[in-house]
Amino acid sequence: MDWLRHSFQRFRVLFHGAALDNDLDVEMASHLEMAVEENRNNGMSPEEARRQALLKFGGSTRAKEEHRESRGIPFLENTWRDLHYAIRTLRNDRAFTAIAILILALGIGANIVVFSVVNTLLLRPLPFANSQQLVWFSDGHVGGLSSVTYNVGSYEEFRRLNQSFQQVTAYQTFWGSSEYNMTGHGDPQHLQGVMVADNFLSTLGVQPEFGRAILAADCAKGAPMVVMLSHGFWQQEFAGDRSVIGRSVTLSNQTATIVGVLPASFDFPSVFSPGLKADFFLPAYMDDLREWGNTLAIIGRLKPDISISQAQAEAKILYPQLRAAHPEWFADYTADFASLKDYVSGNLRRSLFVLWAAVGLILLIVCVNLANLLLARMASRSKEFAMRGALGASRSRLIRQLITESLVLSCAGAVCGVLLAYGVTVYLAQQGSIGLPLLSSIRVDAASLIWTLFITVVVGILFGLAPGLAMSGGDVQESLKDSGRGTSEGKSQINTRSILVVSEVALACVLLVGAGLLLRSFLRVLDVDLGFQTSRVASLQIDYDDNDKTEKRVAILQEILTRARALPGIETAGVVDMLPLDRNRSWGFSNPLRAYQKGENRSAIVRIVTPGYLGALGIRLIDGRDFNWRDGISSEKAVIINQSAARYHWPGQNPVGRLANCLGKEPVRIIGVVADVRISSMEASPGAEMYVPVSEGSPEGNQLVVRSSLPPDQLTPVVISTLRELNPAQPATTFIPVQSLVDHSVSPRRFFVLLVATFAVLGLVLAALGIYGVISYSVTRQTQEIGIRMALGASPRRVQWSVLSKTMRLALMGMAIGALASFAASKVIASLLFNIEASDPATFVGVLLLLLAVGLLAGYLPAFRATRINPTTALRFE
Amino acid sequence: MSDSKLDLLQGTLDLMVLQTLAAMGSLHGYGIARRIEQVSGDEVLLNQGTIYASLVRLQQRGWISAEWGTSDNNRRAKFYSITHRGRRQLREDAAYWERLSGVMKRVLAMAEGQGKS
Repeated sequence: MDWLRHSFQRFRVLFHGAALDNDLDVEMASHLEMAVEENRNNGMSPEEARRQALLKFGGSTRAKEEHRESRGIPFLENTWRDLHYAIRTLRNDRAFTAIAILILALGIGANIVVFSVVNTLLLRPLPFANSQQLVWFSDGHVGGLSSVTYNVGSYEEFRRLNQSFQQVTAYQTFWGSSEYNMTGHGDPQHLQGVMVADNFLSTLGVQPEFGRAILAADCAKGAPMVVMLSHGFWQQEFAGDRSVIGRSVTLSNQTATIVGVLPASFDFPSVFSPGLKADFFLPAYMDDLREWGNTLAIIGRLKPDISISQAQAEAKILYPQLRAAHPEWFADYTADFASLKDYVSGNLRRSLFVLWAAVGLILLIVCVNLANLLLARMASRSKEFAMRGALGASRSRLIRQLITESLVLSCAGAVCGVLLAYGVTVYLAQQGSIGLPLLSSIRVDAASLIWTLFITVVVGILFGLAPGLAMSGGDVQESLKDSGRGTSEGKSQINTRSILVVSEVALACVLLVGAGLLLRSFLRVLDVDLGFQTSRVASLQIDYDDNDKTEKRVAILQEILTRARALPGIETAGVVDMLPLDRNRSWGFSNPLRAYQKGENRSAIVRIVTPGYLGALGIRLIDGRDFNWRDGISSEKAVIINQSAARYHWPGQNPVGRLANCLGKEPVRIIGVVADVRISSMEASPGAEMYVPVSEGSPEGNQLVVRSSLPPDQLTPVVISTLRELNPAQPATTFIPVQSLVDHSVSPRRFFVLLVATFAVLGLVLAALGIYGVISYSVTRQTQEIGIRMALGASPRRVQWSVLSKTMRLALMGMAIGALASFAASKVIASLLFNIEASDPATFVGVLLLLLAVGLLAGYLPAFRATRINPTTALRFE
Repeated sequence: MSDSKLDLLQGTLDLMVLQTLAAMGSLHGYGIARRIEQVSGDEVLLNQGTIYASLVRLQQRGWISAEWGTSDNNRRAKFYSITHRGRRQLREDAAYWERLSGVMKRVLAMAEGQGKS
């Protein structure tokens, strides 16, 4: 009980400190008066009486301090007072405070943003219940989408026979191509629908927001078509009207009933296909898909006690059995299991950690910079601290005061940083076109705030400690003497600051080299020979009704292209089913006269095209000719292949005029070879690819590609109205520049480069500030010395040189250390680079020159100032 | 011994204050300080100011109570007096000191060289 009462008493004191101080003052005053009176009664003179009384009493400040310490919770109370004092001091030095808070806000803000990104993409589980149980199936082949997917048979058989999974589900990966033309609800619209297996949502653990999910009966052959709407589409198209359930919509001439709406939290594309959209979900009619080959992506949910490697072990046994039992399957299926999380963001791990490291470096630079600023400030405050020390403040009290100040600063910086980060994350979350998964769910959440708190405290203590330590090394007497301009004074401080500047330059160097390498990689990626041209080329989704008749399709497309080419401004036009860098699929392809080893790749990416497509996209014809409208109809079947296919299947031969095995039983004549076109990414070199005329294969979508001098938005209305003459149901699509495919493809790299480069520039500016601060400070300290030297005949150039050489010494030391550190660091990011060595000399030299230039500039200003010192004024300054 | 004064051991001042108040009844800070000086025969080094830290400490522990009043020569001063709990504490502390000083006395009484016998 006693301690409780005591604690309470002490705690109470926190709020009554002023009153207690006041009481004490009165008591002490009375005390002294009584002492004086007694002394006088003993016959002392008034002065002597007071002097003796004071002597006896001891230091009154100390008595008060002791009083405070014994009566309250000194720690809290002191903190409270330190806080008050810190805020007051900081408010008195607005310029310093503003700069410090700005630097901190940038450093901490950048850290919060990157943490939020890392947290969303790597640390946080996927937005599904027990998402660690979800497994992505990939068959380990490289190539088009269809070589990482499965046919219906293998999906159904694995689902039926496996023991490791609670559920195995699938969606149709060509959902991007599952474009539907919605009519009967406003203007005709192009929509993206995803075909999902009956248990897709239940496997992911997603419940409809309302209405019902897609059931097994919906997936049966001939079942009436039902759809579930995505939350976004429902909001946008039906204004959140809950009565949509049961309503009918017409999708590509089929009537479908809306049965459910998905919750907003289920963002399918952000997980499975970043940068695209999904408007609705419909049942995957397995019986129809059965004939289509590899169309399904498979996801499984492991049983609770089964690990991914156990499942893998089972699959290793199961797949060969399945293969043996089904000789009719085209591909030799296997499965490489990866957690869904790894599939979604695993390949970003390294980039993200690099980003995290970069932003950590920024934070370090911020700390060093602030330590530097505080040290400079300490110089002008040394007398204040010496005074407080002389008045009885212990060294630890003073250090605590300093750390309180730095914590106040870092907290203020953190608050601004959180605001900054909030803005940036909101902005990022809306960048749907960046091909990064889960981007839409990036936000500053509780974890980010905890992280913020952590770095705020660490940063505050780190940069507050430097001046604290510098001070405790100082000599009170020395500081108290009214010197402050001598050349010897503050030397150790200058040394500390020099070390800080050197490390700052080194850190900035590492950042700049990293950013430089990534930037050069990015430029190299942009420089890649795409194999097609993007300038003045745009594409537009078209729609027509051919009743699945080849002749009709050819006739319609011929008519469309004839009319399109006749429009003013259009130079060339062609139609393709899937554009490069967008979507792709592969079919079997081989040279009948070549011997193939077991397991050798006998497939090629296939694109169904019209005559003129190659020209419209600017794909170079190396040999042979383009298609004409007779190919495959009135003359024999023809195919055009790319150079990779030619080299791979006909090594050392010219395949033009030869026969190839593809498109069914009859061999097909190769009529041309074209240059390689980047298939799925800018960075991967393309594999075998073939172009098949629309008369020989059924297209998966229709993109009208035109080359025109007109901008896309002027082109759209003219072309759409022409298309509507042919097909009134042509949806209101718009021309999209082909460049946007390239932009989307490089968007993740652009995103990282932009962030890292921003950090590097920030680091450079901070380093420059650091150099400037130290040199400028030392010039100020040496005003008198420089004045004397100039009075003795030193030329301004000599003075300038001495200042500049000091700057260069610091910069060069930092650069030397930084270059070594960068060399090591660049090895870590080597795998993120493209077509560039980690030790790329151009980058290193460039960065070092840049640092040198910035260092010179930062040193030049104070050096220039030094030459303007007027000896007489400088000496009179005394 | 005549010139240098004794430094007060940690905690001893509190005990002196308690004992002074127990013996003298209600007193103000100056009175307590003077009393201690007189009793110690000016042998302890007492910064009178430090007495106030001791007073507030004792007060917070509930061992003494304080009350504003007027001194003999009409000055406002806080008068301190020992509480019931303070007396109990004083008994405990005094017993402890007795024991400690007894032990110290015996230890210091050992003659040099005794260990050899």
